[in-house]
Amino acid sequence: MTATIATEAKRAPGPRAGRRGPGLHPWVRFGLRRLGGLLLSFAVLTIVTFLIVPLIPGDPAAVAAGDGASAAQIDRMRQELGLEQPLLIQFVDYFRGIITLDLGTSFISGEEVSHVIFSRFPFTAQIALLAIVLVLVIAVPAGMGVAILTRGGRLPWLDHGFNVVTGFIYAVPQYVMGTLLVVVFAVTLGWFPAAGAATLDSLVLPTAGLMFGPACVIARVVRRETAVVLDKDYVRTARGWRLGAARTHLRYVLPNLITTTLTLSGLILAAQLGGAVVIETVFAWPGLGQGIVNAILQRDYPVIRGIILVLGLLATLIIILVDVVLAVLDPRNLGGGSHDA
Amino acid sequence: MNITTATGHAPAARGAARPPAASVKGLTVTFGHTEVLHGVDLEIPDGRVVGLVGESGSGKSTLGKTLVGINKPSGGTVRIGTRDLSTVQGAERTAMRREVQYVPQDPYASLSPRRTIGQTLAEALDPHRADPRRHRERIAAALDQVRLEPKSMDKYPHQFSGGQRQRVAIARALILDPKLVIADEITSALDVSVQAEIIRLLQSVRGETDSAMLFISHNLAVVQQVCDDVVVMYRGSIVEAGPVERVYPNPQHGYTRKLLASVPGSPGFSLD
Amino acid sequence: MMPSPLTRRFWSPTMTAGVLILAALVLTALFAPPLLRADADTLTGDAALGPGPGHWLGTDDFGRDVLARALTATRLTLAMTAGAAGISVFAGTAIGLAIWLSTQRVREAALRLLETAVAYPSLIFALVIAAILEPSPTSAVLAIGISGIPSFARITANLASSVSHSDYVVTARLLGVSPLRIALRHMLPNMAEPLLILSATVFALALVEISALSFIGLGVQSPDYDFGRLLNDSLDSLYTQPLTTVGPSAMIVLTGLSIMLVGDAMAAHADPRGQRRRAVRKPERNQTVAAPAGDTALVRVENLRISLPGGPELVKGVSFGIEPGEVVALVGESGSGKSLTAMCVAGLPSDELDVRADTLRIGDMNLLARPNRSRLAQDVGIIYQDPGSTFNPSLRLGGQLTEVLRTHLKMGRRQARRRMAEALASVEITQPQQRLRQHPHELSGGMRQRAMIAASMATKPKLLIADEPTTALDVTVQAEVLRQFRRIHRHEGTAMLFISHDLAVVEELCDTVLVMRHGQIVERLTAAQLRQREVTHPYTRSLLAAIPALDLAPATVGAGTIFQEGTQ
Repeated sequence: MTATIATEAKRAPGPRAGRRGPGLHPWVRFGLRRLGGLLLSFAVLTIVTFLIVPLIPGDPAAVAAGDGASAAQIDRMRQELGLEQPLLIQFVDYFRGIITLDLGTSFISGEEVSHVIFSRFPFTAQIALLAIVLVLVIAVPAGMGVAILTRGGRLPWLDHGFNVVTGFIYAVPQYVMGTLLVVVFAVTLGWFPAAGAATLDSLVLPTAGLMFGPACVIARVVRRETAVVLDKDYVRTARGWRLGAARTHLRYVLPNLITTTLTLSGLILAAQLGGAVVIETVFAWPGLGQGIVNAILQRDYPVIRGIILVLGLLATLIIILVDVVLAVLDPRNLGGGSHDA
Repeated sequence: MNITTATGHAPAARGAARPPAASVKGLTVTFGHTEVLHGVDLEIPDGRVVGLVGESGSGKSTLGKTLVGINKPSGGTVRIGTRDLSTVQGAERTAMRREVQYVPQDPYASLSPRRTIGQTLAEALDPHRADPRRHRERIAAALDQVRLEPKSMDKYPHQFSGGQRQRVAIARALILDPKLVIADEITSALDVSVQAEIIRLLQSVRGETDSAMLFISHNLAVVQQVCDDVVVMYRGSIVEAGPVERVYPNPQHGYTRKLLASVPGSPGFSLD
Repeated sequence: MMPSPLTRRFWSPTMTAGVLILAALVLTALFAPPLLRADADTLTGDAALGPGPGHWLGTDDFGRDVLARALTATRLTLAMTAGAAGISVFAGTAIGLAIWLSTQRVREAALRLLETAVAYPSLIFALVIAAILEPSPTSAVLAIGISGIPSFARITANLASSVSHSDYVVTARLLGVSPLRIALRHMLPNMAEPLLILSATVFALALVEISALSFIGLGVQSPDYDFGRLLNDSLDSLYTQPLTTVGPSAMIVLTGLSIMLVGDAMAAHADPRGQRRRAVRKPERNQTVAAPAGDTALVRVENLRISLPGGPELVKGVSFGIEPGEVVALVGESGSGKSLTAMCVAGLPSDELDVRADTLRIGDMNLLARPNRSRLAQDVGIIYQDPGSTFNPSLRLGGQLTEVLRTHLKMGRRQARRRMAEALASVEITQPQQRLRQHPHELSGGMRQRAMIAASMATKPKLLIADEPTTALDVTVQAEVLRQFRRIHRHEGTAMLFISHDLAVVEELCDTVLVMRHGQIVERLTAAQLRQREVTHPYTRSLLAAIPALDLAPATVGAGTIFQEGTQ
């Protein structure tokens, strides 16, 4: 056998602590990556919303003009939608409109689309934000608490009860929940208004309808994650140091939950935008959700495009926000973030 | 100054004039920005069992995996027999690769859980059809070689212990009569008594096969039992090499001496 | 021998309930329309009746029986849901596998695209498709089906990636099996279970989303009806007849629930962790227990029995003692019960274990009761096997290593850190102040283990319990750590309970060696007896015989090797 002995143990340059790749500061790389994601998202949304009209089977102008439109009306519609132009020109016009915040005017009401969006947005934001905050404040401690109390098979009744209750509530879709809330609390008991956004207490039922389902999902997720962390060796080390329940759970369990919990919660919260669409229908809440449904039913294409674009951007922004929070809490998350689930 | 040693005394008749089973020259492997192997030269003679020892970070596992094809070299050459791996393409390359077989460390992960032992062994013989019914005799012979019953071929991995599964993995490596078998820490995950069984198996199988073996391990005592030659690695380079009968009693390099002295029970070992 | 995964209990109560409900629903879907079509669709004059004998849930504004309509709608709903779920699952799996099969570049681009797509609520996809095609059941099925593809594809790709790294797939690749065959032969069968569980979730989600679309008017259109459409219709008579909402609501919830039950049951079946049940342990009353006269031992264990409730006995009546300053080793192979015994002596038995003993004490602390926490923390130090997972990855080392000093000895932060820095220096860790500010992953395994030793010794404990402390370390590092133990023993006189599988190691370090097998102590030896090989029990003999001996006797024949070496 032959082998060459190296006489100087060549010292390879060790990995520079915390740095990967040439030059850039981790926060800069993080920012650039997220910005790239936002731009990509924006590009995709622009293209997709643009394509809504040209992709309509048959004659888009006829569909847009509605049943029973005269030939003249159809032609006028074609002009308005710019459909004679080559596809690329249409897209450039559309894109230019978006950049200059001129999203066109509604076919139905003649209102400017940007105005429609700006006037409806606050309503959606109210119930969505309120629901998100309530969900986190309730679900995270609940999930953690149940996991800690039921660890190792303790309190089996709590374990089963939690599973059954959260599972049951989760099985009720949001629009059913909303409808039932209306039936019970508005129609039968008369405690809250059944529709509209007239008074302050009209906020209660829509927010409740939005939050029950996600609260249960997130509570279950947190419970499962907590159980996983409780099984880890380092929690056993803390128990070996006899630190007591409070200190062990706060310092050794909670910090290791946050990443997974926030990641999954972020996705669920972004899905709330879809929930808002449905809830607004139940409660006739004048937000973006009601706006988009009406627009689709009335084939109000400028409004359709505008609202879908905004909803998509909002979803992306929520995810980016979650990534930022994760990175602030623990700089080790700067590399991956909520996308690397 | 780099120096090449040669096994001084005349080697056994087998492997005397034949080309080496495999060799690497100037092999460098880089992961990301870290160089893990620094220009390693090593020849594995035909039919010999060569032990590769070192601690974590020595690069021994990387060297084994590069020979098998799991890692790609970033510099230097890898030869199977006399043919340079990088000059060969397509079907010929696949054929050459099959001359080097691999036995991984974890017996609980190396066999597909939903395939029978027979199917796993048949896959080695015929990767496309992998039908054990066409190769029953060869499979039975391979199982017999590792002291397992032929009827094992219809059973699933979960029906076997860790030691038995490791035997199956060894059978799979040997069934193709390869030039070289890379055994990557194959006894490290086993209890001491099971480890002893595998050592005995390897010692007895030696006489029945022409394959060379690169036995990667951190356990110097096991290497001494199983191997003809030993190569010691430290931080990506070879620091000592030679026949086991020479190196163990007479280690030349300071690191080798330190390694040997760290084994509890050896003369140099002292806790004070 | 590992038990077959298939023999664990499949028909749990959850699974049974879920399957029964699902079966009832399928039967309803098959038989309700032909049987109940008349009641469901005929317009009668019995409009807006409340619940009564002929109509259990009353009638709607057109005189149609509400219950009949709800049951009849099952077929359309289930069919649409199955269609959408089918699209998501099959297309998602195919795309996920295709991603895994393609080149690095394509894979990365596709994954990034999927990442972005996954972030959107699926309802946005549905809205887009509903905007392009006219609202109809087909557009709803397509919309929800397509919207489910990105997340399913992503999970499939990630699953494929992790399966592809397992040794058996790597080996198959090395054997020259083509990537497509690897995917079909090795990966899919091993991915089947998690994907099936995920499909249940997809089905439940599709149900909710399709009926949501129908509910807001973008799915099934009149006169057809599914659950969502029915619920929307019931909104019209919300004030006059709130009960019309009950039928469709109940059906939606029931369907969703049954699928979730099945999915949960499958997940529980696949996850062995969830099957543990806790042992009911009643701690004794007396915190302290006096040693009987003449018993000088620091640790006394008598007749320790550990078992899984309703299961096998893992430790069968183990008894031993540790004198002050004595180093006792528990040696055995896997399954011998040595670690379980050590953890019970440490007062840290796993929750699912049933622990009984006549005596289990350290000093006068009764470990069968709940001894004083602070005393236990100060008098007993514990070193664990795997330095990679012993420390909290989220906290810096300083905060963790000083826990006992600050919590039980009530030291201030600065004083505790100073003491710990000294302790780290004494175990030969360089730059101790800096280490305290680092995170655990920044230190090597050997350093972490020595840091653990330093932290344990900081309170000058009477007993150190070390569970295979060097098994995960390199052999030269192991020698260092063993030297630390020897030094501690020399200078502090700390008693030790040392767990190991390596007789050679314990021979060097320990005073007494207890050999364990199948939950029992089979032999007790002094170190001298072990060294002289004065062993009686056949198991110990076989264990000794199995240890490969390191033979460093000089070679008999001059090897004739000329060897030159440079500096080192």
